[in-house]
Amino acid sequence: MKLMRFKWLYFLLSALVLVPGIYSLVRFGLKLSVDFTGGSILELKFKQSAISNQQLTIKQLIEEKKFEVVSVQSSDEGQILIKFKPITKEDVSTIKTALADKFEEMPQEVRFETVGPILGKELIRKTIVAIILAAGFIMAYVAWQFKDFMFGACAILAMFHDTFVMLGVFSLLGHFMGVEVDTLFVTAMLTILSFSVHDTVVVYDRIRESQKRFPKANFVDLVDKAVTETLPRSINNSMTIIFMLVALWLLGGSSIKWFSFALLIGTISGTYSSTFTAAPLLVVWNGFQKRKST
Amino acid sequence: MGKRNLTFWFIMTVTLLAVYIDLPEKFKIEGSLGKFYFEKEFRQPGIDFKIGNFRIKKDFKIVQGLDLQGGTHLVFEAELKNLSEQDRDQALEAARGNIERRVNFFGISEPVIQTAKVGDSSRIIVELPGVKDINQAIDLIGQTAQLEFWEENPDPKATESGQIFLKTDLTGKDLKRSQVSFDNQTGQPVVSLEFSEDGAKKFAAITTKNVGRLVAIYLDGMPVSAPKVEEPILEGKAVIKGNFDLNQAKKLSIQLNAGALPVPIKIIEQKNIGATLGQESVQKSIQAGIIGLVLVILFMAFYYGKLGILADLALIIYGLITLALYKLIPVTLTLPGLAGFLLTVGMAVDSNILIFERMKEEIRSGKPLSVAMELGFGRAWDSIRDANICTLITAFILFNPLNWSFLNVSGMVRGFALTLILGTILSLFTGIIVSRTLIRIFYK
Repeated sequence: MKLMRFKWLYFLLSALVLVPGIYSLVRFGLKLSVDFTGGSILELKFKQSAISNQQLTIKQLIEEKKFEVVSVQSSDEGQILIKFKPITKEDVSTIKTALADKFEEMPQEVRFETVGPILGKELIRKTIVAIILAAGFIMAYVAWQFKDFMFGACAILAMFHDTFVMLGVFSLLGHFMGVEVDTLFVTAMLTILSFSVHDTVVVYDRIRESQKRFPKANFVDLVDKAVTETLPRSINNSMTIIFMLVALWLLGGSSIKWFSFALLIGTISGTYSSTFTAAPLLVVWNGFQKRKST
Repeated sequence: MGKRNLTFWFIMTVTLLAVYIDLPEKFKIEGSLGKFYFEKEFRQPGIDFKIGNFRIKKDFKIVQGLDLQGGTHLVFEAELKNLSEQDRDQALEAARGNIERRVNFFGISEPVIQTAKVGDSSRIIVELPGVKDINQAIDLIGQTAQLEFWEENPDPKATESGQIFLKTDLTGKDLKRSQVSFDNQTGQPVVSLEFSEDGAKKFAAITTKNVGRLVAIYLDGMPVSAPKVEEPILEGKAVIKGNFDLNQAKKLSIQLNAGALPVPIKIIEQKNIGATLGQESVQKSIQAGIIGLVLVILFMAFYYGKLGILADLALIIYGLITLALYKLIPVTLTLPGLAGFLLTVGMAVDSNILIFERMKEEIRSGKPLSVAMELGFGRAWDSIRDANICTLITAFILFNPLNWSFLNVSGMVRGFALTLILGTILSLFTGIIVSRTLIRIFYK
């Protein structure tokens, strides 16, 4: 199949996702969860010890009052520990009253604290440094194994393509649907980074192999051949991952819903980019090089 | 043939070992055969035996995270009174960072550590999954661990003035690394120190000046040991000999490695907390995971037939070994961690799919099956190798084994990297060695 003939179409398709995503990222940023921003902790004590087991009811009750609850945990007999997005002293009395109505007992306030973030700025900064460093090493390794800098550079470009697809989509989701990025999103992002390169290298390996077997063939034809040959494998492999993720996304508990969705977006983008971004990039790069040398 | 069988038996042994470790702590087998009714309760026996003086004891328990099982909630109060208003936030944040490092060196992963404010008081909240060794954890977290070196006062009137020792400029900040080792003569645990370049120079100067005199090592303002300097020490290494037991030496070494707390803290509250996730949410996710797993297995079996079933078998072995490793290391299992593990199952079949697609091509070009199989494995190897090395590069940099300070030395990113490394190496083993052996033996 002459898949590379439509390379600009593939770039256009990427752009259709990337441009709005990046625009939203610059304009609105990401909606950060309490993991990044910090929040409040409220601990309440009831005389009826059984109340601490009714975490779900308590959570729903407080959410009805329009407060964003992160978690409700039992902390002692009759005692509950509630974690919130930042709330004020007045909010606490509203919540206590609401709970008092339901359980017919005014809870005693054990403590109310404002807490800092779990994910500090330093962790994020250092993780970004690590990603850039990893990208550099991967680029060097791929360039060395494939004996051409072009392969290394294009593999990394495809990796950043997937990164920005994920960031962009979640920025849009955050702006329009209030979806937040949290610790899990960071994990999902790191998973996709390695998946993306992994998938790209498989496609590149075919090009390398054909280059050895047909040293005189036209580069575009080689890429076409490699992409056609690896496409079933790429799709099959991603299918197994996508099955898993769709199941977790649709059927799993709410706490991993967006995590699964982030991974799903990343997997689809990663599969697409290895065939329809990383390979055409090689063709374009190769074309530039040729024009320069003639 | 002999080698092939050997590999097969090796795989079987590893798998059985994994199954043994994977067994739940307690389980019951019930049933009836004809009119016999049997019921037996098994207990995971763990390992407990002695070799010479060493006792090896390990119970295989999966460590569940705060979201699944809850854990211990500790609140520390920081004393910031002596600091100026504008320095307080920074000091609290620095203390938080050090505590996080200590907890992670200690081996408890997936902790939650955050700063908190109530009115005027500044606090640090530490949540640890599980409730093992909590007192030890409190000790570990709570100590400031200010390391100082003091030299003898050369003033002959020192004993009168009471100032026998004078502080030097060498402190814990000049430390590069510390670790537990054992005294050659007594066999007692000691903490050995390695200074940074700067620290080594300072230490050399101090020991040169004080040959024949005492140099005291102070921890949090108390002398721990005061060895006599026999000769100048130029290579920047020292040993603290206190009367430590192994645990104390370990604790001190972790505290020194993580750095001193910039402010003293004291524990004000300690309690057990329940899981953050409801039972329902966990059950739903586990169900979803099982459905996903079954889909993957069915897909492989339908698409690749008998080969697919053998790959599924390799996949199940992958799952069993991974779970066993999670119990052995131990890796703290959280719900997202579980989802991540399921995801690696999807990724672990990748090598098999690569190999099978290659085999199909070779068969299409007219090669007999046995040749096609060997060629398939051979040809797919280059891409499997390069792809997995790239993953390992990312994982190692995120794991930061050399503790470079410009990368993360703690926290969740490191935990993620560890599971990624495990998953990649294991999937190479099951995807290539296990499935190849199975196919050679069973696929004819």
